[in-house]
Amino acid sequence: MKEDNFLKKIDWLILPLLGMGVVVLLWQVSSATSAKELPSPAKTWASSKDYILKPFEKRGEMDQGILRFTWYSLVLVAKGYALALIIGTPIGFFLGLSKMFTKTFDPIIQILRPVSPLAWLPLGLVLFVSAGKNASELGALFTIAVCAMWPTVLNTAVGVRAIPQDYLNVAKVLKLSRTKTLFKVLIPATLPYMFTGFRLSLGIAWLVIVAAEMLTGRPGVGGFLWQEYNALIYEHIILCIITIGVVGFVLDRLMSVVERRFKTA
Amino acid sequence: MAYLELKNVSKSFGGAQVLKDINLSVEKGEFVAIVGFSGAGKTTLISLIAGLLQPDSGAMTLNDLEITAPGPDRGIVFQNYSLLPWLTVYENILLAVEAVNPNWSADKKKEHVEKYIAMVNLTPARDKKPGELSGGMRQRVSVARALAMNPQILLLDEPLSALDALTRATLQDEISRIWSEDRKTVVLITNDPDEGIYLADRIIPLTAGPGATLGPSFTVEIPRPRDRKAINHYPAFKKLRRDIVEFMLNSRTHRAAAVTRKLTLPDIEPEDLNIPRTMTGWRTTPIRKREVENVSVEVNS
Repeated sequence: MKEDNFLKKIDWLILPLLGMGVVVLLWQVSSATSAKELPSPAKTWASSKDYILKPFEKRGEMDQGILRFTWYSLVLVAKGYALALIIGTPIGFFLGLSKMFTKTFDPIIQILRPVSPLAWLPLGLVLFVSAGKNASELGALFTIAVCAMWPTVLNTAVGVRAIPQDYLNVAKVLKLSRTKTLFKVLIPATLPYMFTGFRLSLGIAWLVIVAAEMLTGRPGVGGFLWQEYNALIYEHIILCIITIGVVGFVLDRLMSVVERRFKTA
Repeated sequence: MAYLELKNVSKSFGGAQVLKDINLSVEKGEFVAIVGFSGAGKTTLISLIAGLLQPDSGAMTLNDLEITAPGPDRGIVFQNYSLLPWLTVYENILLAVEAVNPNWSADKKKEHVEKYIAMVNLTPARDKKPGELSGGMRQRVSVARALAMNPQILLLDEPLSALDALTRATLQDEISRIWSEDRKTVVLITNDPDEGIYLADRIIPLTAGPGATLGPSFTVEIPRPRDRKAINHYPAFKKLRRDIVEFMLNSRTHRAAAVTRKLTLPDIEPEDLNIPRTMTGWRTTPIRKREVENVSVEVNS
């Protein structure tokens, strides 16, 4: 009985490790049998350990520690994501507040929303071609912002529409000014929805960064991945995939912690 | 002319008449209770007075000024409290005080807010959020917020109907005490004739809807302060209660014949739940009634 309890207490750790073990085993088996091109786990580790154990080392433009690459990518994501929120939140508010605005712009939003980042990026590069050296960064920022803002836009709009009439009645009875209504009633009431949107947006921004770096060849996790593919070092592709996954997971966890903090009632 | 005056006010929603020819006059300092069935249009009536709704016809004046929009001169306590859940008790009331008295100094606002929190006995819960309070406490905050605006008239929209009987009685006593302190003009909407008799100077029943209208006014001749226990033994109380209930019930039977309703049946045929599910977990797609052309029924004789 005692041992049972102990197992139950640490199953949050054991079960995920077990799951990972199963996947690594499958990887090992398939690399040894059917997929000969797939590097085995041991080979991947041997080839990647320089990048992992010296995560901040810079040996060359495209030969740097994995955390250094991750840092480059994160900085770009942060800029693009900030842009997406700054543009997306007000659009969401307008959509939620005005039926006219919704009727006018909802169709075009629904059309632009499913467009892939791979389609936006060339347009972004063309738009900023006059920026010369900065063209690839500006193009990437444009792509991240355009792709990542939709969840924020739509969730904010839904949140504004879902504000209970009671709260609006309070604002009306107190004759609150427009700014006061916005900051004391509309924004706090919408905040939980907004944060759900922010969280989804961050996930998309991180997805887009890899595509953007691959196409522009900027140093970063995605750029590194593409370069190593061209250099036929397949072990590093796996290293990059794992890094991208882990970073995405950590970002999502962080956002959900923030989201919980801002939940109002 | 009376302080609050409604003349031939009518209101319909989407063709259904809710209120018809409402005439009401309330004098300054008077406590009037409007008693009615649920669904009769009580909340519509108070929303009209508050200015949250516009009447289809008729005129409404408060202190000789026409009521066109909501404003802080009419403090309103909603049935569901309507507190902002992200603000504390103090902040909720402060928001109202700031809206009404933007020019006051910070100290004066603080003092004012705290005075009203103390008035409803909530000083220990000053920094709590509405989510942490019980229903009765939330309604007290709502009352304090309405009073702190120092309105010309206080509109109470079934403020106690969501509370349990004990809390309800306590809050009735509290409302009675607060009212006797500053004698504001109050319009109380309630579905409980006893509550009306205990608190009000006059009781006006609202007939059953649709097209509800106000009945004759019953004056409560029981001297104040009223004792909750003793009041039950007054012959005046018993008679008043009987008259009001009788009037309301009569108004309902009178109306009941006039109710017509068009029922729309769902556009779907019943399914046989005994048919086993398919591999994908779905039964056959539901059958729309409008798509059914031939219906045959097997009868076992």
